[in-house]
Amino acid sequence: MIAERWINCAVIAGILAVLVYALVADEPFTITLLTRVVILALAAVGLNIALGIGGLVSLGHAAFFGLGGYAMGVLASHAQTFTPLDLGFFTLPGTKSMPIIWLVAVVVSALAAWVIGLLSLRTTGVYFIMITLAFGQMFFYFSISWSAYGGEDGLSIFVRNSFPALNTLVPVQFFGLCFVLLCFALLLFHRLKASPFGLALNAARQVPERVETVGLNPMRLKLVAFVISGAITGLAGALFADLNRFVSPTMFSWQLSGELIILIIIGGVGRLMGPVVGACLFVALEHWLGGLTDFWHVWLGVILLMIVLFARGGLIGLLTGKEGAHV
Amino acid sequence: MSEPVLATHGLCKRFGALTATDDVSIDLKPGEIHAIIGPNGAGKSTLIAQICGGLASDTGRVDLLGRDVSHLDTQARARAGLGRTFQISALAMEDTVLDNVTLGALGATARPWRFWQPVTKNAALKETAMAALERVGLASDADKRTADLSHGQRRQLEVAVALTLSPRAFVMDEPMAGLGAEGSKQMTGFLDTLRAEAPILLVEHDMDAVFALADRISVLVYGRVIATGSVDDIRQSDEVREAYLGESA
Repeated sequence: MIAERWINCAVIAGILAVLVYALVADEPFTITLLTRVVILALAAVGLNIALGIGGLVSLGHAAFFGLGGYAMGVLASHAQTFTPLDLGFFTLPGTKSMPIIWLVAVVVSALAAWVIGLLSLRTTGVYFIMITLAFGQMFFYFSISWSAYGGEDGLSIFVRNSFPALNTLVPVQFFGLCFVLLCFALLLFHRLKASPFGLALNAARQVPERVETVGLNPMRLKLVAFVISGAITGLAGALFADLNRFVSPTMFSWQLSGELIILIIIGGVGRLMGPVVGACLFVALEHWLGGLTDFWHVWLGVILLMIVLFARGGLIGLLTGKEGAHV
Repeated sequence: MSEPVLATHGLCKRFGALTATDDVSIDLKPGEIHAIIGPNGAGKSTLIAQICGGLASDTGRVDLLGRDVSHLDTQARARAGLGRTFQISALAMEDTVLDNVTLGALGATARPWRFWQPVTKNAALKETAMAALERVGLASDADKRTADLSHGQRRQLEVAVALTLSPRAFVMDEPMAGLGAEGSKQMTGFLDTLRAEAPILLVEHDMDAVFALADRISVLVYGRVIATGSVDDIRQSDEVREAYLGESA
């Protein structure tokens, strides 16, 4: 069986190899697809902190993805029309600067995750799944009726936002930005999982009563994990909106929440590279099978079924021969 | 007479018409093992939950080191010095043996908000954790997956996690549960040495262990303490015989 670290290296090498191929063959669309992989992986790495380590099956992570997207859409649209953003007490200018947009996306989704987590974490199991779904749907319907920012039609941003010293309109430069952010998120996941916080969170998933009797608060551990998780997924949302130069309520849809969970399950729950492997497979299927048939989701379903039935550790678990992501 | 480390005053708990805990006042003095015995359904687990904080009492008070802890939650009572072990091992089965005791050591520091440094690189945590494993004889199994331990080893690990907290009082819910004769003897020997460190409130079904260890025994029947006394007192009490021990004792 193959050690997990070699698989992890191979996945990163594989992504970079495809990038080199796309550059050599001059296929900018392949780079765009690859950027899509990286952004979806980033969103799922965020979810993997809550779901993989903390055991929090959130079916509402699209809320954070969408909030990140709308943070970008709102700020950029005001910059685009040169109108200030009126927040009631004061007004803010819009911006096309990615670092500022990312910061806003992270802060807004972290705040939302804190509020949603505070309320949802009172429940467990299927109730937790349902209440997070309900929160996600609240944001979805709000965005549909939010006519100031396009309502159901969404919001187009004509030019991709800017990053100091880079030309983000060049696909490979935007890919590079997303890829670096993904690497940072993976590093954070890796360190967090092995940290004292990760140990306590991992125990809170398995035996909350034990965590309490050693004097720690399992609720608070899970809440912090949920906030970090939501913030990363929010950042991915801002990037996703910039990739498409378009924001719409579909970013808030529950299908997206489900897809993020599917990505993690395909790759391997709680594993560092699980979301990345899942995102690669997902986008590949979406692209190739989607080109052949509109019903490509059926085949995704078949793959998911196979993995759930025969490879509980996901594709990475299958290769390492270890079912659990822990130990 | 020395001040009790842990004491309950008139604890009551009702579930509808059922009185699970009925005016229970017991105490635990420094250096002693106080055993709580009673037939199934006597309310032992309810009493433990009330003492440790999982269950709010209808009336009554729990004092730890002379301080009323009745309104503290489980975490706060643990930090105040209550070391609890579970009847059914509550361990993180997917993790290693060392991870489980490290969790205890981490709880003792009350500082879980460290997100970057690997826990394995933390010398202080590791030292506390390994010391506890050493004492229960599990040091050589530190890197094993907890799920791969035998039942007896899990019972030992359960005690080791409580040790990492350096509690002021132990509350142990059937530490001998499911242990064979040999394991039970070993655990009895260990608990015997432990009382010098902190007194133990011991809920146990294994009568050999109770009679070997206890300085005092309280008998709980239908949520009420019907007798408290030395091992000999309890052995000779007619009321206790009738209610609990039966003719065989």
